[in-house]
Amino acid sequence: MIELKDLKKSFDDKAVLKGVSIVMSDGKCNLIIGSSGSGKTVLMKCMVGLLKPTSGNVLYDGADFVNLNDKEQKAIREKIGMLFQGGALFDSQTVEQNVMFPLDMFTTDKYAKKRDRVKQVLDRVQLKEDAYKKFPSEISGGMQKRVALARAIVLNPKYLFCDEPNSGLDPQTSMVIDKLIHEITQEYDMTTIVNTHDMNSVMEIGDHIIYMHQGEKEWEGNNKEIILSENEKLNQFIFASEFLRDAKAMRTIQETGRIPESVQGGIKDAMEEKFNMDIDKDGHIGAPPKGNVPPKE
Amino acid sequence: MFRKPENARMYWKQFMLQCNDIGIGSLGIICIISVFIGAVSTLQTAYQLVSPIIPKSTIAQIVRDTVILEFAPTLSCIVLCGVVGSKIASELGNMRVSEQIDALEIMGINTKGYLVLPKILAGLVTIPLLIMLAMILGIWGGRLAGTAAGIIDPTIFDTGLKMAFKPYNVYFALIKSVVFAFIITAIPAFYGYTVKGGALEIGHSSTRAVVVSCVLLLLADYVLSALLL
Ligand SMILES: Nc1ncnc2c1ncn2[C@@H]1O[C@H](COP(=O)(O)OP(=O)(O)OP(=O)(O)O)[C@@H](O)[C@H]1O
Ligand SMILES: [Mg+2]
Repeated sequence: MIELKDLKKSFDDKAVLKGVSIVMSDGKCNLIIGSSGSGKTVLMKCMVGLLKPTSGNVLYDGADFVNLNDKEQKAIREKIGMLFQGGALFDSQTVEQNVMFPLDMFTTDKYAKKRDRVKQVLDRVQLKEDAYKKFPSEISGGMQKRVALARAIVLNPKYLFCDEPNSGLDPQTSMVIDKLIHEITQEYDMTTIVNTHDMNSVMEIGDHIIYMHQGEKEWEGNNKEIILSENEKLNQFIFASEFLRDAKAMRTIQETGRIPESVQGGIKDAMEEKFNMDIDKDGHIGAPPKGNVPPKE
Repeated sequence: MFRKPENARMYWKQFMLQCNDIGIGSLGIICIISVFIGAVSTLQTAYQLVSPIIPKSTIAQIVRDTVILEFAPTLSCIVLCGVVGSKIASELGNMRVSEQIDALEIMGINTKGYLVLPKILAGLVTIPLLIMLAMILGIWGGRLAGTAAGIIDPTIFDTGLKMAFKPYNVYFALIKSVVFAFIITAIPAFYGYTVKGGALEIGHSSTRAVVVSCVLLLLADYVLSALLL
């Protein structure tokens, strides 16, 4: 279990994390969302020990990572896999060598056994065998991310960290990566922490969502709660997208039977027109839009 | 799955890889410059020694000593500063900027030990060998140029080579090359390892690494000469 207690981090005088406390859900995808510069990457780097927090604790199963000695830190690091924003593949090594690297370094297995394991994880991320001998510069960004994911999970980590796994990818490839992360998390019973500002992933894989705003935890919940949340800052963040605003409106209409006030202008008129036919005396809409549910007799 | 702390074989592999990069990688350039330096120093020495009292074999002696004492170790190492130094700085800088070093760190690998140390050790092993080669090739180049230009007969050159030969000069040159090897590898490694930013900064830091290591190398050359000669 990973638990953050009042984590603070400043660079010089600039406070980036202002006391963050989170308990990550075990065996689930924990998503850290927030706008650019809200401190997501810094938070993740503090968790894995690439940055030293100014104060506060990062507890792995109760052991405070920050204050452990080198040897104890190493023991925890062996349970961590991380997928970096840019993939961070070793460019002097082929795809296969990249994924085999942790095995070479930390196991005494024979080559054949290591190769089997490499094939197993590369299959898992749906990478074809003709890519094995290619160098990272010769494969696409989406493939690089998949190779990096394979490298991160090759030693069966207990904790998987992903920093913006789908930045720079098209929506479809992003979705593939998100689904992979979600499935792998369940399959291997890992605790996964994902940094993202992609609302698609939030809705898709957000078992536990933490919204960061200017270095503070502003909201916490899951992907069902997030769309109905009344938190103003969170709403500003997630409903920056028209599409999601509409999605929320539909949801609100279904749940409460009222057109929410956030819906304005043409869309409001269109909705009113659509729902007008069947408004009861309390102003509630009787039936959802045509086609979903047969209209009341 | 069995885990071993860190695999010694991987470190050895990395060391051999670096020996190959630094040693074999700079072999060509070292051969070329040392032959030319030897050739040029023969021609220039012959040009300056016009007195009929001084025997021709002295040319060989002077060429031998300047090549061993200064030209082979110092000039080659200045070239290596550029060749090896910029490579080390940009390689490590790129690994830092693209988070490859962080990725290794996360795996629990001691990155200074795994990335920097093998480079320094490989330099300490291969650069003195390169310098020895440069000495031999430099003298050979001098002999070749002297013969080709008809300045000095090969047999006279050879007797000159053996006259008043001090093995200490060779030791001195080797001591110098070990110190230079450390400067050539450690300074760029430091600059590369500590890069912050992006591609532009990698360029800056590798330039700075080359400049700083060149200056330090010349300074060390002076200090060592003052102390040991
Ligand atoms: N090494 C550093 N030195 C100084 N300031 C830093 C450093 N790293 C991050 N910061 C500052 O911390 C703040 C948060 O950065 P961070 O990278 O965590 O944002 P983020 O939420 O990951 O953004 P993005 O979504 O764009 O990746 C930024 O204002 C940044 O300037
Ligand atoms: Mg970030």
